[in-house]
Amino acid sequence: MRFALLALLLAASAAAQTPDRLPPADARGSLLIQNATVHTVTDGTLDDTDVLVRDGKIARIGRGLSAPRGARTLDAAGRHLTPGIIDAHSHIALSSVNEASSAVVAEVQMRDAVDPTDIGIYRALAGGVTTAHLMHGSANPVGGENETVKFRWGTLDPDGLLFEGAPRTIKFALGENPTRVHGRGRGIRPSTRMGIEQVYREAFTDARAYAAAQDAARRDGRPLPPVDRRMQTMADILTGDVLVHCHSYRADEILMLLEVLRDFGVERITFQHANEAFKVAPELAAFGAGASVFSDWWAYKFEVYYSTAYNAAILTRNGVRTSINSDDAGLIRHLYHEAAKSQRYGDLTDDEALALITLNPAWQLGIDDRVGSIEVGKDADLALFTDHPLSVYTRVDVTVVDGVVRFDRMRDGDDQRLLIDPEGEIPETLAHRHTDACMEGVALR
Amino acid sequence: MSLELRVPSFASFARDVWAPLSACSLRHTVRGFFLLSLVPLLAGSAAAQGPQYRATSGPFALTECRIETVANGTVERGTVVIQGTDIVAVGPNAAVPAGATRVPCDGATVYPGFIDGGTRLGLVEIGSVRETQDLDEIGGVVPQMRALTAVNPSSVSIPVTRVSGVLAALSVPQGGLMPGTAGLIRLHGYTPDQMAAGFEGVVLRFPMTGRRGRWDRRSKEAIEKAAKEQLEALNEVWTEAVAYARIDSARTAQRSTEPMPYNPELAALLPVLRGERALLVEVNTAADILAAIEWLDETAGDRVRAVLTGVAEGWRVADNIAEARLPVVTGPVTGRPTRGGDRYDRAYTNAALLAGAGVELALRTEDTENVRNLPFHAGFAVAYGRELGFDRADALRAITLAPARIFGVADRLGSIEVGKEATLFIVDGDPFEPRSEVRETFVAGQRVPVVSRHTELNDEYLNRSPGLAR
Repeated sequence: MRFALLALLLAASAAAQTPDRLPPADARGSLLIQNATVHTVTDGTLDDTDVLVRDGKIARIGRGLSAPRGARTLDAAGRHLTPGIIDAHSHIALSSVNEASSAVVAEVQMRDAVDPTDIGIYRALAGGVTTAHLMHGSANPVGGENETVKFRWGTLDPDGLLFEGAPRTIKFALGENPTRVHGRGRGIRPSTRMGIEQVYREAFTDARAYAAAQDAARRDGRPLPPVDRRMQTMADILTGDVLVHCHSYRADEILMLLEVLRDFGVERITFQHANEAFKVAPELAAFGAGASVFSDWWAYKFEVYYSTAYNAAILTRNGVRTSINSDDAGLIRHLYHEAAKSQRYGDLTDDEALALITLNPAWQLGIDDRVGSIEVGKDADLALFTDHPLSVYTRVDVTVVDGVVRFDRMRDGDDQRLLIDPEGEIPETLAHRHTDACMEGVALR
Repeated sequence: MSLELRVPSFASFARDVWAPLSACSLRHTVRGFFLLSLVPLLAGSAAAQGPQYRATSGPFALTECRIETVANGTVERGTVVIQGTDIVAVGPNAAVPAGATRVPCDGATVYPGFIDGGTRLGLVEIGSVRETQDLDEIGGVVPQMRALTAVNPSSVSIPVTRVSGVLAALSVPQGGLMPGTAGLIRLHGYTPDQMAAGFEGVVLRFPMTGRRGRWDRRSKEAIEKAAKEQLEALNEVWTEAVAYARIDSARTAQRSTEPMPYNPELAALLPVLRGERALLVEVNTAADILAAIEWLDETAGDRVRAVLTGVAEGWRVADNIAEARLPVVTGPVTGRPTRGGDRYDRAYTNAALLAGAGVELALRTEDTENVRNLPFHAGFAVAYGRELGFDRADALRAITLAPARIFGVADRLGSIEVGKEATLFIVDGDPFEPRSEVRETFVAGQRVPVVSRHTELNDEYLNRSPGLAR
């Protein structure tokens, strides 16, 4: 809430600097998009089709639809409409990423670090992204709770971005990052992949005991034992109320966590990055686990050296629900292009490739009843492209969140920031390095 | 009907024959079933040969090809003949010499190999493992450190890059003020000599007043102070180098047989001062670009052949760069804008805005393991630059003939022309489009199988055996 205070302090000056008067976060718009090529993702591609949006929801899909009174009409002839893109792994719009002080920090929440003024939000919108999963870092086997947000650019209220009703999710992390931070950095467990397994077994065992003690006290009408937020969150994973999203790379560590989850009865997991998921695709499919991967990042550390850019296609062909994510403020701006690479590295159909950045990440975040496809009744989160969304020559013209136009290329100005540093800014270059952003803010040894 | 005619590489052969039931595209499946019928005929020879990883020599005749020559327009249907290392005939009526191996394009297109104007290829294997990096030597001024010495011909990233049609790259040392001498490499070969493509340039990382990244939290004053100190250091080195060159010239004039005192740093700058070797000036912010232009004009000397690299904020001072007639290698195109207040697509449009001002321009990825994305960087420059007059032909030139010219190797690389090196590839569509597939690669006349770690892992794991059963 620290940020909310800051936002309040800055609200007066910032509002004046906002390039356009932007609708509030709770605005729900109405809109008629006409004559588009509509990539529904769930029901094929519809030529020359209208999509009617009423009060933030998709109301009708068809031909010859008419706009409700006062609603904006967008002639999209020759252009392509897709569901708003969903990034299942991002660290933009966060004022901090890692609470690295312990191997288990299930008690912290990214919700407390959401920064609605990050220009990265606007730039992501300009790439058609409407929803992102803002994740804790990967310094610890059990990190904090993540936050699923919508990019309602223009609000200064962090809570204005929250995706109402999205399930709680938590960050887990395997391999080099947690062993480097804890074992090598501090001389404490875990320093190996063996140690990581035991961290989970211990934490889940403790959480079971904690939940049992709470339940017993409640049942017997005794005073409840002291609340332990860390243990409570771990217990909520066991009941399925919190979905696991696990930073991982190697096949062996992925199999290890599947074993642990089976032993503790946890059913929903998405492996993040998962560069070697292709090696254990049959096991992932049998478990019903998801994978959220890079299109082509590899070799930035040893555990991603034996990678292939065919990962997403191999997983898809083996029946694993797969998404492509960015984990990066640069890449998030062209996830449509990252998805298209699955047609070079594999032979995914257009619908399969688009599902990697729409329906599949929605499913992984537990919000596929709300977003991820163009269907009547779903949220009107949409991206309008100049060309086929999987062509390298395409560009996003308009991005819509809840029926509200949040990016419009025709109205894009030079400076779209909500907050401006009065000291001026120093240009930033040489920022191009492929590495997972999950270790931000952690001093490494 | 020979194996050569039908099977472009063993990898695709294996993919087609042994994985025909994988959910490949129709084109794979059809070809796969066709080949399946040939398996009994071919099994003997295939087993004897093992997987085909080794390159083969010509002469080759690439027939029924669309040819984007870059230098002389497009041949809609023609032949490219390769003999030894070179292209010996191009055109609709080029005769196929006796004994040449035919490589039918079936309407696919031949392009000159793409050239990445700035990478870390061969110098870095694994980003986080220090022992696998030979990028930055100790000492701020070490121009005698040659990338060609440390380029690892066996880097796994090289074939991964090659299969995208990127067949040459500038490998650039990084680090201090003068971290070394960059070298242009072909992306096939077993020794640095085989890979060296005829260009080396000394790198000057011009004193920088920008941040190096988000983690760079220095104050504005601290940044400016550091840049000022670096500029003083540069001027000091340059003064010494000028003196060294003068002594060397005087000795030559006197026909002195006494060797120059051993000073490898200054000796490495000698050819730069004399215009025999390019100076690659890495510079990115608008203020630094202007300062570099001024330094080159006033201090460097008339004979220095400078190339500006990076140039992320070039669009801000494009006219100044054009006026100074300095060629530019810019990128990554898919990078982020340098300032929060800049338009979201500034990095995408930088190339177009520079070209529009009349700057001679090549592109780079500044990458290692994903140099393979160079064609996509070119595509993005078009997607966002075409409204500014930067079209596909401009982007194509910026990764072929333009870098070849800037690096002084346009007599050998950069276009499909008789007498040039046969470093080229065949692709079944627009190579900037992700869905297109590169079918064949040739490097200096060698036909190199289209195989990399990434294709091999796909071949092995798409239909893993055993699957779930133990």
